[in-house]
Amino acid sequence: MLEIMKQRAKELLESGRVVRVLGWQRGDFPNLREPVFFTTAKQLDNLEYDRFCAANLSKYLIGTDVPTLAFLKPCDTYSLNQLVKERQINRQMTYIIGIGCEGSAKLTDMEENGTLERCLVCTKTVHAAFDELIGEDAAPREKNDRFAGVGEIEAMEIAARYTFWQDHLARCIRCNACRNICPVCHCKKCVFDNTKYDTAQRANASAFEEQMFHIIRAYHVAGRCTDCGECNRACPQAIPLHLLNRKLISDINHMFGEYQAGTDTETPGPLTNFDIEMDKEVGL
Amino acid sequence: MQITDFNPNIVAFCCNWCSYAGADLAGTSRLQYPVQVRIIKVPCSCRVDPLFILRAFQRGADGVAVCGCHPGDCHYATGNYYTRRRMALLHNMLDFMGIERDRMLLQWVSAAEGAKFAKTMTDFVENIHMLGKNTRLADWRVVNAGNNETES
Ligand code: SF4
Ligand code: SF4
Repeated sequence: MLEIMKQRAKELLESGRVVRVLGWQRGDFPNLREPVFFTTAKQLDNLEYDRFCAANLSKYLIGTDVPTLAFLKPCDTYSLNQLVKERQINRQMTYIIGIGCEGSAKLTDMEENGTLERCLVCTKTVHAAFDELIGEDAAPREKNDRFAGVGEIEAMEIAARYTFWQDHLARCIRCNACRNICPVCHCKKCVFDNTKYDTAQRANASAFEEQMFHIIRAYHVAGRCTDCGECNRACPQAIPLHLLNRKLISDINHMFGEYQAGTDTETPGPLTNFDIEMDKEVGL
Repeated sequence: MQITDFNPNIVAFCCNWCSYAGADLAGTSRLQYPVQVRIIKVPCSCRVDPLFILRAFQRGADGVAVCGCHPGDCHYATGNYYTRRRMALLHNMLDFMGIERDRMLLQWVSAAEGAKFAKTMTDFVENIHMLGKNTRLADWRVVNAGNNETES
Protein backbone atom coordinates (compact mmCIF):
# COMPACT_ATOMS: atom_id res chain seq x y z
CA MET A 1 0.00 0.00 0.00
CA LEU A 2 2.82 2.39 0.86
CA GLU A 3 4.36 1.68 -2.53
CA ILE A 4 1.12 2.56 -4.31
CA MET A 5 0.89 5.75 -2.26
CA LYS A 6 4.42 6.75 -3.22
CA GLN A 7 3.81 5.92 -6.84
CA ARG A 8 0.58 7.90 -7.09
CA ALA A 9 2.15 10.85 -5.29
CA LYS A 10 5.07 10.84 -7.70
CA GLU A 11 2.76 10.66 -10.69
CA LEU A 12 0.64 13.55 -9.51
CA LEU A 13 3.71 15.58 -8.67
CA GLU A 14 5.35 14.91 -12.02
CA SER A 15 2.19 15.60 -14.00
CA GLY A 16 1.99 18.98 -12.31
CA ARG A 17 -1.46 18.28 -10.88
CA VAL A 18 -0.04 19.12 -7.46
CA VAL A 19 3.12 20.95 -6.45
CA ARG A 20 3.56 19.44 -3.02
CA VAL A 21 2.56 16.37 -1.09
CA LEU A 22 1.51 16.31 2.53
CA GLY A 23 2.33 13.09 4.32
CA TRP A 24 4.44 11.64 7.11
CA GLN A 25 8.07 10.73 7.47
CA ARG A 26 10.15 9.10 10.19
CA GLY A 27 10.91 11.38 13.11
CA ASP A 28 13.72 11.38 15.62
CA PHE A 29 12.27 8.70 17.85
CA PRO A 30 11.54 5.11 16.84
CA ASN A 31 7.80 5.42 16.48
CA LEU A 32 7.57 9.10 15.74
CA ARG A 33 6.03 9.93 12.39
CA GLU A 34 6.07 13.61 11.65
CA PRO A 35 3.90 15.50 9.18
CA VAL A 36 5.90 16.87 6.27
CA PHE A 37 5.48 18.53 2.88
CA PHE A 38 7.31 16.75 0.06
CA THR A 39 8.10 18.74 -3.05
CA THR A 40 10.22 16.32 -5.12
CA ALA A 41 9.88 12.72 -6.20
CA LYS A 42 13.16 11.93 -4.47
CA GLN A 43 11.92 13.19 -1.12
CA LEU A 44 8.86 11.01 -1.52
CA ASP A 45 11.01 7.95 -0.95
CA ASN A 46 10.84 8.93 2.71
CA LEU A 47 7.06 8.79 2.85
CA GLU A 48 5.81 6.57 5.64
CA TYR A 49 2.44 5.13 6.41
CA ASP A 50 1.81 2.81 9.32
CA ARG A 51 -0.08 2.69 12.58
CA PHE A 52 2.05 5.43 14.06
CA CYS A 53 0.94 7.97 11.45
CA ALA A 54 -1.74 9.19 13.80
CA ALA A 55 -1.33 12.89 13.05
CA ASN A 56 -4.38 14.44 11.43
CA LEU A 57 -2.98 16.29 8.43
CA SER A 58 -6.06 18.41 7.70
CA LYS A 59 -4.90 21.33 9.77
CA TYR A 60 -1.79 21.75 7.61
CA LEU A 61 -4.02 22.42 4.63
CA ILE A 62 -5.43 25.61 6.13
CA GLY A 63 -4.87 28.50 3.77
CA THR A 64 -3.06 26.42 1.19
CA ASP A 65 -2.83 28.39 -2.03
CA VAL A 66 -0.89 25.91 -4.12
CA PRO A 67 -2.27 22.57 -5.33
CA THR A 68 -1.46 20.14 -2.55
CA LEU A 69 -1.89 16.42 -2.33
CA ALA A 70 -2.76 15.16 1.13
CA PHE A 71 -3.12 11.64 2.44
CA LEU A 72 -6.04 11.51 4.81
CA LYS A 73 -7.34 8.71 6.98
CA PRO A 74 -11.13 8.39 7.16
CA CYS A 75 -11.53 10.41 10.37
CA ASP A 76 -9.20 13.13 9.07
CA THR A 77 -11.53 13.83 6.17
CA TYR A 78 -14.19 14.99 8.62
CA SER A 79 -11.82 17.68 9.83
CA LEU A 80 -11.15 18.58 6.21
CA ASN A 81 -14.86 18.99 5.52
CA GLN A 82 -15.34 21.05 8.63
CA LEU A 83 -12.50 23.36 7.60
CA VAL A 84 -13.87 23.66 4.07
CA LYS A 85 -17.23 24.55 5.59
CA GLU A 86 -15.57 27.22 7.72
CA ARG A 87 -13.80 28.54 4.60
CA GLN A 88 -10.37 27.81 5.97
CA ILE A 89 -9.40 25.38 3.24
CA ASN A 90 -9.93 25.94 -0.44
CA ARG A 91 -10.96 22.47 -1.57
CA GLN A 92 -9.98 23.32 -5.17
CA MET A 93 -6.39 23.63 -4.02
CA THR A 94 -6.34 20.19 -2.49
CA TYR A 95 -6.16 16.71 -3.92
CA ILE A 96 -7.17 14.18 -1.33
CA ILE A 97 -6.09 10.58 -1.44
CA GLY A 98 -8.13 8.70 1.12
CA ILE A 99 -6.13 5.92 2.70
CA GLY A 100 -7.41 2.93 4.59
CA CYS A 101 -6.95 2.85 8.33
CA GLU A 102 -7.02 0.07 10.84
CA GLY A 103 -6.57 2.24 13.88
CA SER A 104 -3.59 4.29 14.95
CA ALA A 105 -1.20 3.54 17.76
CA LYS A 106 0.16 5.55 20.62
CA LEU A 107 3.62 6.89 20.08
CA THR A 108 4.97 5.22 23.16
CA ASP A 109 3.53 1.80 22.49
CA MET A 110 5.72 -0.73 20.78
CA GLU A 111 3.16 -3.45 21.28
CA GLU A 112 0.26 -4.40 19.09
CA ASN A 113 -2.29 -3.47 21.71
CA GLY A 114 -1.36 0.19 21.98
CA THR A 115 -4.29 1.42 19.93
CA LEU A 116 -5.43 4.97 20.59
CA GLU A 117 -8.61 5.39 22.59
CA ARG A 118 -10.20 7.28 19.73
CA CYS A 119 -9.67 4.34 17.39
CA LEU A 120 -11.31 1.90 19.75
CA VAL A 121 -14.53 3.88 19.63
CA CYS A 122 -14.19 5.18 16.08
CA THR A 123 -17.43 5.80 14.22
CA LYS A 124 -15.87 7.60 11.27
CA THR A 125 -14.47 4.62 9.40
CA VAL A 126 -15.60 5.77 5.96
CA HIS A 127 -14.02 8.70 4.13
CA ALA A 128 -16.26 11.74 4.06
CA ALA A 129 -14.30 13.39 1.24
CA PHE A 130 -11.68 12.16 -1.23
CA ASP A 131 -10.54 12.39 -4.81
CA GLU A 132 -9.31 8.84 -4.91
CA LEU A 133 -8.95 5.98 -2.47
CA ILE A 134 -6.06 3.65 -1.72
CA GLY A 135 -6.53 0.72 0.59
CA GLU A 136 -9.50 -0.66 2.42
CA ASP A 137 -11.52 1.03 5.12
CA ALA A 138 -11.68 -1.01 8.27
CA ALA A 139 -14.98 -2.28 9.63
CA PRO A 140 -16.85 0.10 11.93
CA ARG A 141 -15.84 -0.22 15.55
CA GLU A 142 -19.05 1.19 16.98
CA LYS A 143 -19.40 -1.61 19.46
CA ASN A 144 -17.47 0.47 21.95
CA ASP A 145 -19.64 3.33 23.17
CA ARG A 146 -17.70 6.56 22.94
CA PHE A 147 -20.02 8.22 25.44
CA ALA A 148 -19.53 5.63 28.17
CA GLY A 149 -16.92 7.74 29.96
CA VAL A 150 -19.20 10.77 29.88
CA GLY A 151 -22.02 8.76 31.39
CA GLU A 152 -19.79 7.57 34.22
CA ILE A 153 -18.96 11.12 35.21
CA GLU A 154 -22.56 12.27 34.88
CA ALA A 155 -23.54 9.54 37.32
CA MET A 156 -21.15 10.87 39.99
CA GLU A 157 -22.10 13.21 42.81
CA ILE A 158 -21.40 16.85 42.07
CA ALA A 159 -18.55 17.03 44.59
CA ALA A 160 -16.96 13.95 43.08
CA ARG A 161 -17.22 15.48 39.63
CA TYR A 162 -15.48 18.57 40.88
CA THR A 163 -12.63 16.60 42.42
CA PHE A 164 -12.35 14.40 39.35
CA TRP A 165 -11.73 17.41 37.13
CA GLN A 166 -9.66 19.24 39.67
CA ASP A 167 -7.33 16.25 39.93
CA HIS A 168 -6.96 15.94 36.20
CA LEU A 169 -6.74 19.60 35.32
CA ALA A 170 -4.25 20.34 38.07
CA ARG A 171 -1.74 18.44 35.96
CA CYS A 172 -2.18 20.75 32.99
CA ILE A 173 1.00 22.65 32.20
CA ARG A 174 -0.70 24.98 29.73
CA CYS A 175 1.57 23.91 26.94
CA ASN A 176 -1.35 24.67 24.61
CA ALA A 177 -0.65 21.54 22.59
CA CYS A 178 -4.30 20.54 22.71
CA ARG A 179 -5.29 23.87 21.25
CA ASN A 180 -2.52 24.02 18.68
CA ILE A 181 -3.13 20.59 17.27
CA CYS A 182 -6.90 20.89 17.01
CA PRO A 183 -7.88 21.23 13.34
CA VAL A 184 -10.90 23.37 14.09
CA CYS A 185 -9.01 25.66 16.50
CA HIS A 186 -7.84 28.00 13.79
CA CYS A 187 -8.44 31.56 15.00
CA LYS A 188 -5.61 33.83 13.91
CA LYS A 189 -5.60 35.40 17.34
CA CYS A 190 -6.66 33.03 20.06
CA VAL A 191 -8.32 34.47 23.13
CA PHE A 192 -5.70 32.66 25.17
CA ASP A 193 -2.94 34.60 23.45
CA ASN A 194 -4.63 37.91 24.03
CA THR A 195 -2.70 39.83 26.63
CA LYS A 196 -5.66 42.14 27.20
CA TYR A 197 -7.63 39.21 28.54
CA ASP A 198 -4.72 38.24 30.81
CA THR A 199 -5.35 34.64 29.97
CA ALA A 200 -2.24 34.28 27.87
CA GLN A 201 0.23 31.54 28.60
CA ARG A 202 -0.51 31.18 32.25
CA ALA A 203 0.84 27.92 33.46
CA ASN A 204 -0.97 26.83 36.58
CA ALA A 205 -1.53 30.42 37.60
CA SER A 206 -4.50 29.36 39.65
CA ALA A 207 -6.98 26.55 39.85
CA PHE A 208 -9.39 28.76 38.05
CA GLU A 209 -7.17 29.33 35.05
CA GLU A 210 -7.12 25.63 34.41
CA GLN A 211 -10.83 25.26 34.60
CA MET A 212 -11.44 28.27 32.48
CA PHE A 213 -8.94 27.27 29.84
CA HIS A 214 -10.49 23.86 29.57
CA ILE A 215 -14.08 24.98 29.60
CA ILE A 216 -13.38 27.55 26.93
CA ARG A 217 -11.16 25.31 24.84
CA ALA A 218 -13.86 22.69 24.66
CA TYR A 219 -16.65 25.21 24.35
CA HIS A 220 -15.11 27.17 21.50
CA VAL A 221 -15.12 24.04 19.36
CA ALA A 222 -18.60 22.93 20.45
CA GLY A 223 -20.60 21.90 17.42
CA ARG A 224 -17.43 21.93 15.31
CA CYS A 225 -15.37 19.29 17.07
CA THR A 226 -15.29 16.21 14.90
CA ASP A 227 -14.08 14.08 17.81
CA CYS A 228 -10.88 13.40 15.92
CA GLY A 229 -9.10 12.81 19.22
CA GLU A 230 -6.00 14.80 18.37
CA CYS A 231 -6.16 16.93 21.53
CA ASN A 232 -6.20 13.81 23.59
CA ARG A 233 -3.27 12.31 21.72
CA ALA A 234 -1.19 15.48 21.95
CA CYS A 235 -1.59 16.09 25.67
CA PRO A 236 1.68 15.28 27.41
CA GLN A 237 -0.13 15.09 30.73
CA ALA A 238 -2.66 12.46 29.69
CA ILE A 239 -5.62 14.64 30.59
CA PRO A 240 -8.86 13.03 29.34
CA LEU A 241 -9.81 15.94 27.12
CA HIS A 242 -12.06 13.73 25.01
CA LEU A 243 -14.50 13.61 27.93
CA LEU A 244 -15.05 17.36 27.76
CA ASN A 245 -15.52 17.32 24.00
CA ARG A 246 -17.81 14.33 24.10
CA LYS A 247 -19.91 15.83 26.87
CA LEU A 248 -20.68 18.70 24.50
CA ILE A 249 -21.24 16.34 21.58
CA SER A 250 -23.58 14.16 23.59
CA ASP A 251 -25.55 17.19 24.82
CA ILE A 252 -25.82 18.49 21.28
CA ASN A 253 -27.02 15.09 20.09
CA HIS A 254 -29.64 14.93 22.82
CA MET A 255 -30.89 18.47 22.60
CA PHE A 256 -30.45 19.56 19.02
CA GLY A 257 -30.52 16.26 17.17
CA GLU A 258 -27.78 13.84 16.16
CA TYR A 259 -24.92 15.73 14.64
CA GLN A 260 -21.49 14.72 13.42
CA ALA A 261 -19.32 17.69 12.49
CA GLY A 262 -17.58 17.37 9.15
CA THR A 263 -19.99 14.93 7.55
CA ASP A 264 -20.43 17.41 4.72
CA THR A 265 -19.45 20.96 3.85
CA GLU A 266 -22.88 22.62 3.89
CA THR A 267 -25.11 21.72 6.84
CA PRO A 268 -25.09 24.56 9.40
CA GLY A 269 -23.67 23.58 12.76
CA PRO A 270 -25.95 23.19 15.78
CA LEU A 271 -24.75 26.41 17.40
CA THR A 272 -24.91 28.54 14.27
CA ASN A 273 -28.44 27.42 13.69
CA PHE A 274 -31.65 26.92 15.63
CA ASP A 275 -34.92 25.12 15.27
CA ILE A 276 -37.71 26.80 17.19
CA GLU A 277 -39.90 23.70 17.36
CA MET A 278 -37.10 21.37 18.41
CA ASP A 279 -35.82 23.82 21.00
CA LYS A 280 -39.31 24.08 22.45
CA GLU A 281 -39.44 20.32 22.81
CA VAL A 282 -36.27 20.16 24.87
CA GLY A 283 -37.57 22.95 27.07
CA LEU A 284 -35.33 25.83 26.05
CA MET B 1 -17.58 32.56 57.89
CA GLN B 2 -21.16 32.48 58.99
CA ILE B 3 -23.87 32.36 56.41
CA THR B 4 -25.41 35.56 57.80
CA ASP B 5 -22.27 37.48 56.90
CA PHE B 6 -22.49 36.33 53.35
CA ASN B 7 -23.21 39.16 50.97
CA PRO B 8 -23.30 37.65 47.51
CA ASN B 9 -21.99 39.43 44.47
CA ILE B 10 -24.31 39.07 41.53
CA VAL B 11 -23.57 40.09 37.97
CA ALA B 12 -26.46 40.43 35.56
CA PHE B 13 -25.82 40.78 31.85
CA CYS B 14 -28.85 42.58 30.45
CA CYS B 15 -29.57 43.18 26.82
CA ASN B 16 -29.94 46.78 25.81
CA TRP B 17 -33.38 46.45 24.25
CA CYS B 18 -35.47 44.47 26.71
CA SER B 19 -33.93 43.44 30.00
CA TYR B 20 -31.94 46.60 30.61
CA ALA B 21 -35.10 48.60 29.99
CA GLY B 22 -36.93 46.16 32.25
CA ALA B 23 -34.40 46.84 35.01
CA ASP B 24 -34.89 50.54 34.38
CA LEU B 25 -38.62 50.13 34.71
CA ALA B 26 -38.15 48.28 37.99
CA GLY B 27 -36.19 51.30 39.17
CA THR B 28 -38.59 53.98 38.00
CA SER B 29 -41.50 51.98 39.44
CA ARG B 30 -39.60 51.96 42.73
CA LEU B 31 -39.63 48.20 42.98
CA GLN B 32 -37.11 46.85 45.41
CA TYR B 33 -34.54 44.36 44.24
CA PRO B 34 -31.31 43.31 45.94
CA VAL B 35 -28.55 45.90 45.86
CA GLN B 36 -25.93 43.19 45.24
CA VAL B 37 -27.02 42.88 41.64
CA ARG B 38 -24.59 44.69 39.33
CA ILE B 39 -25.95 45.15 35.87
CA ILE B 40 -23.78 45.06 32.78
CA LYS B 41 -25.44 46.24 29.60
CA VAL B 42 -24.80 44.23 26.44
CA PRO B 43 -26.25 44.87 22.99
CA CYS B 44 -27.90 41.46 22.90
CA SER B 45 -27.92 38.41 25.14
CA CYS B 46 -26.18 36.71 22.24
CA ARG B 47 -23.18 38.98 22.86
CA VAL B 48 -22.45 37.22 26.13
CA ASP B 49 -19.36 35.16 25.56
CA PRO B 50 -19.05 32.28 28.06
CA LEU B 51 -15.71 33.81 28.91
CA PHE B 52 -17.53 36.87 30.33
CA ILE B 53 -19.44 34.60 32.65
CA LEU B 54 -16.38 32.69 33.77
CA ARG B 55 -14.44 35.92 34.24
CA ALA B 56 -17.19 37.29 36.43
CA PHE B 57 -16.99 34.18 38.57
CA GLN B 58 -13.25 34.48 38.74
CA ARG B 59 -13.40 38.08 39.88
CA GLY B 60 -15.61 37.12 42.77
CA ALA B 61 -19.17 36.88 41.49
CA ASP B 62 -21.24 34.32 43.34
CA GLY B 63 -23.94 34.21 40.71
CA VAL B 64 -24.22 35.34 37.10
CA ALA B 65 -27.49 36.05 35.33
CA VAL B 66 -27.99 36.53 31.62
CA CYS B 67 -31.17 38.34 30.66
CA GLY B 68 -32.50 39.02 27.21
CA CYS B 69 -35.65 39.63 25.21
CA HIS B 70 -38.24 36.90 25.09
CA PRO B 71 -37.64 34.45 22.24
CA GLY B 72 -39.30 35.91 19.20
CA ASP B 73 -38.86 39.47 20.45
CA CYS B 74 -35.12 39.86 19.92
CA HIS B 75 -34.25 43.30 18.61
CA TYR B 76 -31.96 41.58 16.14
CA ALA B 77 -34.66 39.03 15.36
CA THR B 78 -32.81 35.82 16.22
CA GLY B 79 -30.00 36.54 18.68
CA ASN B 80 -31.60 34.95 21.69
CA TYR B 81 -32.36 31.73 19.84
CA TYR B 82 -28.60 31.23 19.63
CA THR B 83 -28.13 32.37 23.21
CA ARG B 84 -30.40 29.76 24.64
CA ARG B 85 -28.72 26.94 22.77
CA ARG B 86 -25.31 28.11 23.89
CA MET B 87 -26.29 28.74 27.47
CA ALA B 88 -27.91 25.32 27.74
CA LEU B 89 -24.59 23.78 26.77
CA LEU B 90 -22.61 25.97 29.14
CA HIS B 91 -24.98 25.17 31.97
CA ASN B 92 -24.50 21.46 31.42
CA MET B 93 -20.78 21.88 31.02
CA LEU B 94 -20.40 23.66 34.38
CA ASP B 95 -22.54 21.02 35.99
CA PHE B 96 -20.39 18.32 34.40
CA MET B 97 -17.30 19.88 35.93
CA GLY B 98 -18.86 19.94 39.36
CA ILE B 99 -19.92 23.57 39.52
CA GLU B 100 -23.41 24.21 40.86
CA ARG B 101 -25.64 24.88 37.88
CA ASP B 102 -27.84 27.26 39.86
CA ARG B 103 -25.06 29.80 39.99
CA MET B 104 -25.94 30.69 36.47
CA LEU B 105 -29.32 31.92 35.37
CA LEU B 106 -30.81 32.58 31.98
CA GLN B 107 -34.04 34.55 32.06
CA TRP B 108 -36.11 36.45 29.52
CA VAL B 109 -37.29 39.86 30.71
CA SER B 110 -39.05 42.32 28.44
CA ALA B 111 -38.93 46.10 28.68
CA ALA B 112 -42.41 46.04 30.20
CA GLU B 113 -41.55 43.52 32.89
CA GLY B 114 -40.06 45.64 35.66
CA ALA B 115 -41.79 43.52 38.27
CA LYS B 116 -40.50 40.31 36.71
CA PHE B 117 -36.97 41.68 36.73
CA ALA B 118 -37.19 42.57 40.40
CA LYS B 119 -38.67 39.20 41.29
CA THR B 120 -36.15 37.27 39.20
CA MET B 121 -33.26 39.03 40.90
CA THR B 122 -34.73 38.64 44.39
CA ASP B 123 -35.22 34.91 43.86
CA PHE B 124 -31.81 34.51 42.29
CA VAL B 125 -30.04 36.24 45.18
CA GLU B 126 -31.97 34.07 47.60
CA ASN B 127 -30.83 30.97 45.74
CA ILE B 128 -27.24 32.12 45.78
CA HIS B 129 -27.57 32.75 49.50
CA MET B 130 -28.48 29.12 49.92
CA LEU B 131 -25.62 27.95 47.74
CA GLY B 132 -23.14 30.04 49.67
CA LYS B 133 -19.98 31.63 48.48
CA ASN B 134 -18.55 30.68 45.12
CA THR B 135 -15.31 28.94 45.91
CA ARG B 136 -15.17 26.51 43.04
CA LEU B 137 -14.76 29.01 40.26
CA ALA B 138 -13.10 31.88 42.03
CA ASP B 139 -9.53 32.96 41.59
CA TRP B 140 -8.60 33.11 45.25
CA ARG B 141 -5.82 35.61 44.88
CA VAL B 142 -8.04 38.15 43.17
CA VAL B 143 -10.92 37.72 45.55
CA ASN B 144 -8.70 38.13 48.59
CA ALA B 145 -6.81 41.09 47.24
CA GLY B 146 -9.83 42.86 45.83
CA ASN B 147 -11.90 43.35 48.97
CA ASN B 148 -11.87 42.74 52.65
CA GLU B 149 -13.91 39.58 52.65
CA THR B 150 -11.48 37.01 53.87
CA GLU B 151 -11.95 33.35 53.37
CA SER B 152 -12.03 31.35 56.53
S1 SF4 C 1 -11.23 15.93 19.16
FE1 SF4 C 1 -9.92 17.56 20.01
S2 SF4 C 1 -8.46 18.06 18.35
FE2 SF4 C 1 -10.17 16.90 17.41
S3 SF4 C 1 -11.64 18.47 16.69
FE3 SF4 C 1 -12.28 17.85 18.75
S4 SF4 C 1 -11.32 19.34 20.12
FE4 SF4 C 1 -10.23 19.47 18.16
S1 SF4 D 1 -2.14 19.49 25.93
FE1 SF4 D 1 -2.59 18.82 28.02
S2 SF4 D 1 -1.05 19.83 29.32
FE2 SF4 D 1 -1.04 20.90 27.34
S3 SF4 D 1 -2.47 22.61 27.62
FE3 SF4 D 1 -3.67 20.91 26.76
S4 SF4 D 1 -4.51 19.84 28.54
FE4 SF4 D 1 -2.84 21.16 29.29
